[in-house]
Order: sequence, then structure tokens, then C-alpha cells
Amino acid sequence: MNRTELDLDALARLARLALTPEEKATFARQLAELLGHIERLSQVDVSNVEPSAHAHPQHNVWQEDEPRPGLLPAEALRNAPAQRDQMIAVPKVVE
Amino acid sequence: MSTPAAPQPASYEAVIGLEVHVQIRTRSKVFTRVAAGYGHEPNTLTDPVVLALPGALPVMNRAALDAIIKAGLLLGCEIAPVCKWDRKNYFYPDSPKNYQISQYDAPVCRGGSVEIELPGPARNLMGEHKRIPLTRIHLEEDVGKLSHGATDSLVDYNRAGTPLMEIVSEPALQSGEEAYAYLTSLRATMIQGGISDCDMEKGQLRCDANISLRPIGSTTLGTKVELKNLNSISFVRDGIEHEIRRQRSILERGGRITQETRDYDGMTGTSQSLRSKEEAHDYRYFPDPDLMPVVIDAAWQERLRAECPELLFDRQRRFLADYQLPFTQTSVLVWDRPLADYFEAVVRLGAAPQAAGNWIINDLRRELAAAGLDPAASRVSPANLVALLRLVDSGAVLNAAAKEVFVEMFATGDSPDAIADRQGLRAAPTDSGELENWCRDAIAGNAKAAAEFRSGKDGAINALKGPVMKAAKGKANPKAVDETLRRLLATG
Amino acid sequence: MTSSTTPLHYLSLAEAAAALAAGRVSSAELTDAVIARAEAVEPRLRALLSADPASARAQAQASDARRAGGGSLGPLDGIPIGLKDVIAVRDQPLTAGSRMLEKFISPYDATVTRRLREAGAVLYGRHNCDEFAMGSSTENSAFHPTGNPWALDRVPGGSSGGSAAALAAGEALATLGSDTGGSIRQPAALCGVVGLKPTYGRVSRFGLVAYASSLDQIGPFGRTVEDVALVLQAIAGHDERDSTSVGAAAEDFAAALSAPSVPRRLGLPREYFGEGLDPEVAVAVERAVTHYRELGCEVREVSLPHTPYCLDTYYVLATAEASSNLARYDGIRYGHRCAAPRDLHDLYFRSRAEGFGAEVKRRIILGTYVLSSGYYDAYYLRAQKVRTLVRQDFLRAFEQVDALLTPTSPIPAFRRGEKANPLAMYLCDIYTIGANLAGLPAMSVPCGFTRAGLPVGFQLIGKPLGESELLAIGHAYDRVHQWGRRRPNL
Repeated sequence: MNRTELDLDALARLARLALTPEEKATFARQLAELLGHIERLSQVDVSNVEPSAHAHPQHNVWQEDEPRPGLLPAEALRNAPAQRDQMIAVPKVVE
Repeated sequence: MSTPAAPQPASYEAVIGLEVHVQIRTRSKVFTRVAAGYGHEPNTLTDPVVLALPGALPVMNRAALDAIIKAGLLLGCEIAPVCKWDRKNYFYPDSPKNYQISQYDAPVCRGGSVEIELPGPARNLMGEHKRIPLTRIHLEEDVGKLSHGATDSLVDYNRAGTPLMEIVSEPALQSGEEAYAYLTSLRATMIQGGISDCDMEKGQLRCDANISLRPIGSTTLGTKVELKNLNSISFVRDGIEHEIRRQRSILERGGRITQETRDYDGMTGTSQSLRSKEEAHDYRYFPDPDLMPVVIDAAWQERLRAECPELLFDRQRRFLADYQLPFTQTSVLVWDRPLADYFEAVVRLGAAPQAAGNWIINDLRRELAAAGLDPAASRVSPANLVALLRLVDSGAVLNAAAKEVFVEMFATGDSPDAIADRQGLRAAPTDSGELENWCRDAIAGNAKAAAEFRSGKDGAINALKGPVMKAAKGKANPKAVDETLRRLLATG
Repeated sequence: MTSSTTPLHYLSLAEAAAALAAGRVSSAELTDAVIARAEAVEPRLRALLSADPASARAQAQASDARRAGGGSLGPLDGIPIGLKDVIAVRDQPLTAGSRMLEKFISPYDATVTRRLREAGAVLYGRHNCDEFAMGSSTENSAFHPTGNPWALDRVPGGSSGGSAAALAAGEALATLGSDTGGSIRQPAALCGVVGLKPTYGRVSRFGLVAYASSLDQIGPFGRTVEDVALVLQAIAGHDERDSTSVGAAAEDFAAALSAPSVPRRLGLPREYFGEGLDPEVAVAVERAVTHYRELGCEVREVSLPHTPYCLDTYYVLATAEASSNLARYDGIRYGHRCAAPRDLHDLYFRSRAEGFGAEVKRRIILGTYVLSSGYYDAYYLRAQKVRTLVRQDFLRAFEQVDALLTPTSPIPAFRRGEKANPLAMYLCDIYTIGANLAGLPAMSVPCGFTRAGLPVGFQLIGKPLGESELLAIGHAYDRVHQWGRRRPNL
């Protein structure tokens, strides 16, 4: 755990967040402090400890393959910022 | 020590791995219960889970798990006793959550293989068989569909959340022809297993190919190029061959291969580089906290194993060995599971396999094709086909008449006896006196053929049958005609 | 307290249910009283983000009609209940306290919403909260802060601060919040009401805006432990739409309260009474401990040795899950979309930059970091292992005791703007996070006031699925003291 490796630009790109220079400076400082705190986890002896994804693990939680009604298109698109031809419109995607 | 200049290798070999996405045929989506389907009006198959509305949560569809386990059993994979779900994080407008629920390090299936048959030296000869090893098969959710306008792109989420298997082969294929054979076999296995319809036009089977070349004899892999948008099995073959030629010509000119993704256009037979993404992917996989692990015990596997059909190449070997069918017949039957099932039902009822095979492959398939029906929808029951074969065999219905009877059986579902009676298609009852007269006339009128037969040319008898049949207006029992002619020729 | 001297909007839920059943009051009257109260206090308190009085009145009339027809749906029928604005209600706004969802209208009901409707509750008011439930003061709401009803210049706690404050101020008879690291219990303590975080999986999360999926849990606020039991009864139970929902058999939580009281064994985890605990809070909690001793309970000190690592574990797991959970807010299908995006890239970056506040961005970045290539094992996987150890600590303690008793918050309500440093704010949750990591039921019960008149609460942490016992223990104290019935001078 080396907090000096925190690359805010790369992280903001992965998270799709435009950050102002001020935000970057503030976050860099605050996150460094937080990571300093979090680094204490390295003190814990976790050898032979299984990770917990859930507090109460269960398994094979499923439903049968029987369709249920969904949303009407009008409901599905009710909150769409932009739509056309019953589809969500986005700026042209260039692959 | 000086480094000698690398000798120019005489030739290269291709190393190809395929990633095949197969949509599983379920009624509802993989993590929610809104209906799955193709060809519906845009955004009519959505719900809060599909659209990733705030607060929506995924729940597994048991049928999708059944299907992938079945696929694994069919392909001889090791089925994981425990598997889990991971989130693959990346942003794209067709991915509503901006993460895809997938399986990272605990897929349902590992290992296994796909048996393929390469084209034989001739149509009626079996080609070489190979087993292409698989790396893994995992289950994930499909994404929505983007269509592109002049200035914007439009997203339809109907496809989003459809269960999707990713079948990853080892880099063990060597040519476009092998890839073609692999996909053909895999597709038939999935269809016959009832796992997917694998209609490539509907995107139910999609294939990406990783292709690299290396000097023959080398054991390290060369720089690979990923080929995308291969939307028919022929385009996969052609695209791979094109890419092999492209890489070979670069290497032979002393150039280097760039690691990239290329788009192959099957219509023009050309490929172009897709603009390489600016950033390296970091999918930040982690276990999806909204879903619980899956424990697959032996009883579950056995239940599904019982539903698995015989693999088609195994069936073909059995048809060749047990029924002594010609290769060409087996290679029609085994690729069409309902047809092969029908064939076996007819044989089980006592029909001679080869005769049954002929009727099914020629007559039944012709009628089915003309009617646009599946074998399962045929009105000719196996028992009725067996009855027809018996009528022909006994000479009660002549071959030409039997064809008419069959057409009527297909149209009405009636028994061949009823049809033959109704339409007067039975062979005339043999009046031995009349038949003998016709035969004597034929021998007398064809002295040359009679002499040839008597001198040992057995086939010459056929020249005598024509006039007999003509005299009988086609209604003589050919068996009786044959017997009578031989008797008269021997004595007279 | 008797109902004859109590304004309708300050009745306990149990009292109101009895009055409705006896025909002494109608749901319309109760609902009108709550709406009038909200109109009176909201300009100063600002606990609501939205409210639909017309819909509430229609629901009340429907309830009264049902009752008149002899078809009451139970104790919640006709009771005005408010929801934290992270719980989906069909055709109502669902903002999660964020600009990102400022205009979002939910096209569906959360499971808890459906269950409240089925119990006949009158849904009124959507409460302010820290943006996407990230915070401990409700100051991270994108819209406005909420005052503490006992001191308007102080925070109500968070993230469910609006729901705690609204209840304490008489804007509902009970409310629902959500709790990921203490977001029900800490505001309950700071506002002087009861707040329960159920066992993870006891209440469906379907329709709860996700912050950290493996930790989030919906729970009730009430004026009494009894009220909390009545609401839990309505919302708890298995839900096939939530894979993490537990399939526990139905229990009668309210009946558990009237079960003959058995002396219990209570544990005081020594790690929860150390440095950083406000002396006045310590004194109030100590008095509650004394009360339990007087009831015949055996009280002993226990140890939860991994407590010092809870906060760090929490911030790794919660931010990692959040970074992924919040990826869906991209301005494409719904939510804020920036004006005139140049291209898709621009749309993502600016919509999210404009739609999210600073705390949300900070946690998304931290979560992205701990999951990123090369760091996963050191942070996320390790934190999951420490989580196992934390849970083992609790289960070991429960071999000796029936419940743990701790302070809920180390400090009483603080002034707005007082905790500008994120880490200082995070330390507000040090006593509550453990129960989330271990998935245990935990409840804050009010236990007095500081000299300055600020409420103090203690926390009871129970065994997995031990809500009945937890409620019974809490009720043994609460029915005597009834601190949650005190009314702020607002």
C-alpha cells in the first residue's frame, strides 16, 4: 500500500469524473490522509482468514424462468434526458 | 559472442483462439423476470433492473444456469462446484449499470473441448476429426443495442440482460477452415442441446477471433490481432484467412504486427483497424455484493446430464457402425437432431436402416422443405413409414406408386394401406398365366437379350423387364416379373 | 404521557393506532395534523425534500373508508409515515439528496413501500439526507441542510438526518431510513428518537438507492421501541426481488415486547468506551447501564479486538461498492445530463461532475482506487478478510452475552460546518460501523440529554436475526424512560 501512487487523473478518468484543479488538490490531500488511516489494515494478521463478501452468506438464490410484465416504454423513458423513436438518444458514438 | 542475424523463417503458422458469445434461450432475462426476446419494438422489454434504475437489484434466473451447466456437460467441461458473480466495470451507453455482471475467476465451466470435422477429400468421404480444447465458459448478461444516426446514437435496451455464455477456446485452431468447422460443430451442439437457437442474424451467436502468426517450429505466440464483427460463420472463415494473409505479408516483408482490434467487412473482404482506445482497460472486477454464489452439486449435474442429447459425432459413429449407413446419409442425419431422432424411431420399429435412410433423406426432407416444416411437424408417423416400407418390400406397392402414397401420407397423415386402397395404387394381383404370357412375349421379342442372359450376363434380364411392365401397364409386381422371367429363361 | 395532552402529530404510533381503532380520531385528522405541523416547522427545520399532501390526504381517506367498512389492515392503517429520499415510491420524486436525481420520478415502488401500502400506512414526505446516503450530518445534501429539532444550528446527524429530524419535529408518526455505517442509529441518537438497523437481509433492499450493497439496510425510526417494532413488523420479511434477503420465518416483533421479561446478560465492549467519547454521553449511557443492572441484568465487559480496524474496513468496502453502484448515474437513461455535450466522453465527465457533490466524488475516487489493478488484494480483499474477523469478534462475544450495549455516537449533535475534515466526520460512525460489517441488528435508544439540552442515545447490538430479543431488551428500558416522547421546543 503506497499512497504516493494515487494518480488522481487516472482514477477520475476511470470514474468518468471531470475534476477542477481545486478539486484535484483538495481530494489529493484528503485521500492521502484517508489512505494513511486505511493503511492500518496492513497490521492485521489475515493469514488463513476467508474473505466475507456478505455477513450472512447464502447460496443458490434464484427465480424460476417465468416472465413478469415490465415497464411500458413511456415509463421506461419517462426520465430520459433525450429520446427519439422510443430510444434513448446520446451523442453519436464513435467506436 | 556476436548474435547471428535471425534466419528468415521459411514459413509461418497461424494460431487462432475464438471467443464465442452464445445467447441462452430463456423466457425471461438472466437477472430479472421481464421477458427476453428478439424483434420487439424498442424498449418494450425493460424493467427497473434492465434499465438500472436507482434501487433495482438482480436475482438469478435458474434456467440460465441450467443451460450453461448443460453446455458444459455436452462439451466435457469440468463444472465448478461453486461459482460466483463479479462486476466488470466499464462505461458504455449500451451497458445500463456501467458494469456488466459476469464471472471473472470462478466461471461455471473450465476445460472441455469441441470436436470438429474438417472437409473430407470428397463429399462422400469423412474428413479429419480434431478436438479443439476450451479454456472456459462463463455466464454473463448481454448489453443493449446501439444504432447510429447522422448526429446521434440511439439505445434500445431490449437485448440488455439476455443471458449470454462466453465460450473461450484455447489458441489451438490453425486456419479459417478449422474455425468454420469449430463454429459449425459448436452451433449444432448448442441447438441440439436446446441451449440456444444460435441464429447469427439475430446475434444469438457472435464470434471474435484472436489471430497471430509464428514461424513454424516456434513455441511462443506472436503478436495477436483481434478480429471483430464476424457476423456469419463464412465471414469468420474468410476474415481469418484474410488476416493470416495480411500478417504473413507483413512478416515476409520484415515488418512487425501491431497489437490491435480490426473490423472485418465480409461483403468487401477487407479489414480495417478500429481506433485504439485511449486508455488501457481496468475493469476493477470484484464480487457482486447483490448476488449470492452458486453451489452446483452432483444431483443437479446428473439431472441435467439426463437431458443431454448424444453428441452428433458420437451419433454419427454409431450410425456408421450399427446401421451400416453410408457416410453421406449419416452426415445429413446427425446434423439435424429431429430428423435423426425420426430415423431412429423408424429403425426401432423394424425398418431396414438403409431403406429408411433413403426415404427420410430424399422423400421426407423434400416434402418438409416444400412445406417449410420441421421433422417434428411431419404427419408421417414412424409407424406409417415402416408400413410403407413393408408394402414396397413385399411388392404390394411398387416404388413409383409408393412415392405417390408417401406424398399423400405427408399431406393427410393417413396410413399407407388406406391410401394405396383409396387411390388404387396397389400392384396388380399377379395372374400367373397372364404374367407368363407377357414374359414369353418379351423373351421372344428380345432374343438378343435372352441369349446374353443365358450366356451369363445377368444384367441383360433388365432389358426384358421393360416390355413386361409396359404390357402390364406398370402394375406388375417386379419381384414376380423377375422370378417368372428367370424361370422361363432357365427352362426355355 | 397521555394522548389527551399530546398533539395528534406527537402521538406514538401505538397510541395513534389505538385511537384510530377506537374511532377517537380519523386518519384524515392525523394526516392533516402532520401536514399542518410540517408546514409550520419546515421553513426552519427543512427536513423534507418533497411532500405530496394531496396524495397523503387521499390515502388517509381511503384508510378511513376501509376502517368504516370494517376492513382495517392493522396497526399501521391510516398512520402517516415518511420516507428517506432513497426509497422508491411510484410516481414520486427520488433524489437521494443529489442534483443527479433532482428531476427523477420513480416509475416503481420499493418493496418496503409496497409493504407499507399493504399495511395501510399513509405515505407522506420524502426526507432530506446526505447525498446518496454518504455522510453523518445531512450537510452533504445537494439541496439544503436540515436542522436538529433540539438546536436548529446543529446537525440532525446523517445520513438519514431528515427522517430522524422529521419524526422528532412531529412531521410523521414514524419514518424509514437506511443505514450503511450508522445512518439510522446516529441521527436517532442526535435527534432523541429510537432507530433500528435490522439484521442485514431482514428487510428487502429492492427499491433502496444503493450506496454499499453489502452493508445497506432499511430500518424504522420511532418515538418508542414499541413503535419501531410495529413498523419493522410491516416491512420485514423475505423478498424474492432481493437476493440478499434472508428467508427467516415470520416473527411477531410487537408480541416479543410483552413477553415476560427475562434478565439478560449485557456486554460492554471495552473498545467502545475509550478515547473520543464525550463525557456527558458517557454519563448518560452509564445511567442506562445502571438501569439494566437494576432490572436484574448481568453486565460484563467484553472485548471486540478488531474494533480499531472497523472504520478502515468500512471505508474500503463501502467506497469500492459505491464506486460501482454509482456508475449508473451517467446522464444517459435518466438523471442529470450536462448541457450541449460535445461527445459521449464529455457527456459522462461533465454530467457526473455536475451531478455529484464533493463527498460522493471523494468516495467514488477512493473506491475506484481500492479496486484498481494492483491494489485489489491489498485493500479490497484484505478488508473482506478483516470483515470476517470483525464478525467473529461479535459472534464470540455473543457466546457470553445476549446483547452488547455501547454509546451510539461518541458526541451529541454538533454545529453545522463544525466537521469540515472528512476523516473527522467519518469518526462519528466508529461505534455503529461494526454492526454493519457483521450484519447484526442494532438499535439506538434515547437515554437522556446533555446539559445543553442535546439528546443522547445508547446502542444495543444483537445476535443475527435477534431483533425480537433486541427489541425486548430495548423496550425494558424505553417503556420506563420514554425519552423519545419528549418534544423539542420548535
